[in-house]
Amino acid sequence: MKNSQSEELLKTPLYSLHNELNARMVAFAGYEMPVQYPTGIRNEHDYTRNTASLFDISHMGQIEIKGDNVAQALETLVPSEICGLQTHHQRYTVFTNDNGGILDDLMVTRLTDSFLLVVNAACKIQDFQYLKKQLNNISGIEWVDAALLAVQGPDAQRIMSQFNNSLAEMPFLSAMQTRIDGIDCLVHRCGYTGEDGYEISVSAGHAEQLARHLLRDERLKPAGLGARDSLRLEAGLCLYGHDLDESSTPIEADLNWVVAKKYRSDTAQPTNFPGADIILSQVHNGAGRIRRGFLPDSKMPVREGATIFNSNGEKAGIITSGGYGQSIGKPVCMGYLDIKYEDSNDYHVNIRGKDISLIKTPLPFVRHRYYK
Amino acid sequence: MSNEKYTEDHEWLRPEEDGTVTVGITDYAQEQLGDIVFIELPETGASFEADSEMAIVESVKAAGDVKIPLAGEVLEVNERLVDEPELVNSDPIGEGWFIKISINSIDDLNSLMDESQYQEFISDL
Repeated sequence: MKNSQSEELLKTPLYSLHNELNARMVAFAGYEMPVQYPTGIRNEHDYTRNTASLFDISHMGQIEIKGDNVAQALETLVPSEICGLQTHHQRYTVFTNDNGGILDDLMVTRLTDSFLLVVNAACKIQDFQYLKKQLNNISGIEWVDAALLAVQGPDAQRIMSQFNNSLAEMPFLSAMQTRIDGIDCLVHRCGYTGEDGYEISVSAGHAEQLARHLLRDERLKPAGLGARDSLRLEAGLCLYGHDLDESSTPIEADLNWVVAKKYRSDTAQPTNFPGADIILSQVHNGAGRIRRGFLPDSKMPVREGATIFNSNGEKAGIITSGGYGQSIGKPVCMGYLDIKYEDSNDYHVNIRGKDISLIKTPLPFVRHRYYK
Repeated sequence: MSNEKYTEDHEWLRPEEDGTVTVGITDYAQEQLGDIVFIELPETGASFEADSEMAIVESVKAAGDVKIPLAGEVLEVNERLVDEPELVNSDPIGEGWFIKISINSIDDLNSLMDESQYQEFISDL
């Protein structure tokens, strides 16, 4: 959904609550979204790692697909196992194009008699049209008119379990229907911060009531998109439009695990997702470039778009996300490295005339603490 | 009554009694930048032309530069900002100062905005 300045920005159901909490609002993917609250991004980041934060992520698209053979149909669009996904379980995957590039990354959940897709805000209109076109024999493709709230952090479990004990032990990447303050919610155990947490899908009309009810627990504080970005970057998670796009394959993005085992094994089953030949060739032979994490040897943040050079000054890659890693107290970045230069560990970027060394570092920068 | 002068790029310049000028960024600027995580300062002793880049400010959200519309020489830099860049957020016109400079003539500051003009300027942004 491309947004021009002249277009009216959309508001999420929590818009008035954000204003009441004195959020700083910015335009993001066509929506007016909170980038931070008065405490600021660094505090919100720390608070999420240490306690728990509430994020409004209602700008994301929620699409429900009902009908016969939906799982088989979805497997014509993504490289992941969907038919074998159990009811009330969720999986991360990507829509690929014929070149193996990524059209969007998304979460898929199998519900009792439908599938729920959560897709990126900036891609959601195209995704919806794409699904309608590609799955033209499935009539039940519809938007879910719901808000999405994320509760993230080590205290998320204690906060959520007071509403329903069984939320405490729901497995990572599972879903559960429950009521909170009398409101029907679809709760997932997932997130985008590297911490334990939940995402709650709730009807737009009840979203504000739910958010206020959650925030009555003093352990939970609101956090904006700024902290969400620094948290996901430290967790080594990709941001579509930056670390992933139509020119990057899941193998280049170091997301080999999204390709179903049934396609990768020696007795591989036939595939019919777009770009399968290219993606499977990269699974077996490697890709020409690979996403890697780097720690700049400087206090200066290295940002998206910076060229990575090797010691001979040859172009070795490009940074796709960079910023300040609040939890490790220094800048962090990630980007794509040409495989020719993968064995070296002598890289630098040049920022405003200064060479800054990059130390290739395994992702994530901050250990994931998902509930297992 | 403060005697700071202001630029349209949201720097403040304060003439001190010893004839030097202290430079920093305004409260409005730090507010817009958000949490500041890195500041690159010039070398002490460096001379500079009008409108040259004096410092770089990196926040969690963006990078900004500090330019002043006067020529002069850097007399001192605020070394505390190397390890405590957040001073610019907490006290932008106090402990979060950037540099002390000498300029050719203190009268050159007269072309800049005073506080009430600056307040009016930012209220229109």
